[in-house]
Amino acid sequence: MYDKGKVITGIVLFVIVFTFPFWINVGKANIAPEPKINPEVAGKVCVEDKAFMKANHMQLLDEWRDSVVRDGNRTYMGGTGRYEMSLTNSCMGCHNNKAQFCDSCHNYVSLTPNCWNCHIESKENTNG
Amino acid sequence: MDSARRNFLKIAGLAAAGLTLKPAGNALGMGVIVPEPEGAAGFDNALSAKRWAMVVDTRKFTAQARKAAVAACNKAHNVPDIKNSKHAIKWLWEANFKNAFPEMAGPHVPPQVEREPMLVLCNHCDSPPCVRVCPTKATFKRADGIVVMDFHRCIGCRYCMAACPYGSRSFNYVDPRQHLGQTNVDFPTRTKGVVEKCNFCAERLARGQKPACVEACRNNELIFGDLADPNSSVNQALRQNFTLVRKPELGTQPQVYYII
Repeated sequence: MYDKGKVITGIVLFVIVFTFPFWINVGKANIAPEPKINPEVAGKVCVEDKAFMKANHMQLLDEWRDSVVRDGNRTYMGGTGRYEMSLTNSCMGCHNNKAQFCDSCHNYVSLTPNCWNCHIESKENTNG
Repeated sequence: MDSARRNFLKIAGLAAAGLTLKPAGNALGMGVIVPEPEGAAGFDNALSAKRWAMVVDTRKFTAQARKAAVAACNKAHNVPDIKNSKHAIKWLWEANFKNAFPEMAGPHVPPQVEREPMLVLCNHCDSPPCVRVCPTKATFKRADGIVVMDFHRCIGCRYCMAACPYGSRSFNYVDPRQHLGQTNVDFPTRTKGVVEKCNFCAERLARGQKPACVEACRNNELIFGDLADPNSSVNQALRQNFTLVRKPELGTQPQVYYII
């Protein structure tokens, strides 16, 4: 083989550079976020139980959106009672700490839902 | 022997064809069950009608009442105040008679009519061209006649703006939040790149309230009601007065009537 030294050095360098993200992060897994519930709503129940909401809140919100906008149905019979189908008024009414509740997980999984391009974050933050 | 093999092949062929039926049916939308949120319903006190309509009594309007109505609408729906007229967002606004009724504006219009602007808005047509052209069905006509937009679906193609003969639709060329003084948290803002228009206050009707502009006019300048109910206030106004609709020759069948 010609230029054995250069070729092997090149391959070794390539492997090191290519796998850099893996070995630089070994043993340093990001801590999974724990969304925080506002202390003043602790003990209240959500429209469905926690496990369901954790797994399906995005589908639920999609169904709510279509149901309200297209069919004019505005209330939802959940496992725990009847609720208004509204991100701003129902969800954000309790979960009014978007940064600690929504964003903590969404940022962790590098997700930017476009809900808040139009929907206003919370009653406190009226400047959107 | 030969005949048995032929029969076997026939049956095998039919069976194979049968296997393709279900996927084909699924692809055609047969057998797809769209989940309906359980027990979904409107609010108990919602106002409902078979056909919502509005009568604008231009005789009664004062400049002050017009301003109040427009301000109430803008506040209720987070309509931004954009100074650049090319970017302006309009749900309910003032227009001169000659612009609102171009085919009526002859040389001898009474000075009062010619001078005083009148309120114009989406006409919530019975045959809405905007609905017909929308490629994503973002604009649609509800069972009660209101032509509404699903902002989530709007891709900003502006076909509807080209189709609407009344200029009732506005496009967000710039981020509307930069031009909002105070926001009403009960109604979303829009985002750059979508079209918007008057929705006859569908969100207020659902809560049992009349449209914001109707409520802001204290003197019955705007009359709102069910066209299908012969005793409704709109039908009474239509029976007692000669009314006009905008550009009737286009066949869009507008449902906002004007008493001049």
